[in-house]
Amino acid sequence: MKNFEYFDPKTVRQAVRLLHTYQGTAKVLAGGTDLFLRMRHRALLPDVVIDLKRIKALAGVRYSSQKGLRIGAVATHAEVESHAAVQRHYGALVEAAGWVGSAQTRHRGTVVGNLCNASPAADTAPALLAYRTVVQIVGPEGERQVPIEAFFQGPGRTALGPAEVVTELLVPPPQGKMGWGFLRRTRSAIDIALVSACAVVRADNGVCGEVGIGLGAVAPTPLRAVRAEAVLRGQPLSPALLEEAGKAAAAECHPISDVRCSAEYRKDMVDVLTCRCLQSACHMLGML
Amino acid sequence: MKRLITLTVNGNKYEVAIEPRQSLLQVLREELHLTGTKEGCSEGECGACTVFLDGQTVDSCLIFALEANGCEVVTIEGLATGDILHPLQNAFAEYGGVQCGFCTPGMILAAKALLDSNPHPTEADIRQGISGNLCRCTGYVKIVEAIQAVANSTVR
Repeated sequence: MKNFEYFDPKTVRQAVRLLHTYQGTAKVLAGGTDLFLRMRHRALLPDVVIDLKRIKALAGVRYSSQKGLRIGAVATHAEVESHAAVQRHYGALVEAAGWVGSAQTRHRGTVVGNLCNASPAADTAPALLAYRTVVQIVGPEGERQVPIEAFFQGPGRTALGPAEVVTELLVPPPQGKMGWGFLRRTRSAIDIALVSACAVVRADNGVCGEVGIGLGAVAPTPLRAVRAEAVLRGQPLSPALLEEAGKAAAAECHPISDVRCSAEYRKDMVDVLTCRCLQSACHMLGML
Repeated sequence: MKRLITLTVNGNKYEVAIEPRQSLLQVLREELHLTGTKEGCSEGECGACTVFLDGQTVDSCLIFALEANGCEVVTIEGLATGDILHPLQNAFAEYGGVQCGFCTPGMILAAKALLDSNPHPTEADIRQGISGNLCRCTGYVKIVEAIQAVANSTVR
């Protein structure tokens, strides 16, 4: 591996200043489970590596009923997965985070780092889309917030500017009791998802209220299925409606065929998995 | 340029001068000569390089040693007390959980992490617990039996 200069700033301000100084030649290091590999394979050859793990403000997971969930930039998948409030209020996120790699990888790899790699197949992305996550970003010009669906811009591309870093994810508080489903198709354990889907639903007297649907590995970015959500919102929930939503989700995704499976298979699976995620959500709410 | 870091490994404090590109695995093996930790796939798939870092199992092949500056590491060499083997080490020997032995250090540390958090696992829990560690001899049945034996030997 090529050598590099290593910095471990103690504050976000220092990190941004370093990124600004070494723009174009620096990479940000969180858990490193992806960055290390890409550097070893010489797919990335940064002159400077900026490790965020010594910045206390970026650590950990916090929850409050008013503000919802806050996932720090260096919080690992294991921290998110084992957090009591996440388990109570964001079940789909616990399920999704548990699918990432092995325990060793989850102890090290961060949720924010996974999103910043912007893989269309990132395991936690569909759940974070369904929960309407907002990405908090800081750079030389100050702070800004970007909805997660606008954060992803293409395979490996995000809304981050050259000297910006994600400081945290903000997941809104649950609106009463929410049902959810998360499903993922793959060849075997510890393998990239062929297709994944997540639905989060609130219902009042049998009528669908707030609903979020996220899809993985079926477009150049993780995708929020807004048309499928629109099919459901404000409508009385019925088996036929869930099927219609599945069809709508399949219609709005645009997968490719690759070595893992065909675009047709992926579209069919989006239909089936979306419908099953919605069924699971309805069962949790004691319906259908 | 080399940098000086401090590592506590198996309770012993080391100061070691390293290059930024060196992995924690390389430093353990090549600088500290603790060669119990193995390099398998170098991709975070096989778990042969598993160590405890501040109490959690990690793949040491995917961590820059600089990231571990000031941290506590436990390797397979840290499990035995003098000549007294750890119960998992004894059980792996007794039940034939060691074949070629290459996966064994990582496998035993993964098993220790499992039993530390769940002293009485089911077979499914055990298989899940070692799912980040591959045995290319495919001797999983005996490995699972060895771990089960240690779990059964502790008082419920």
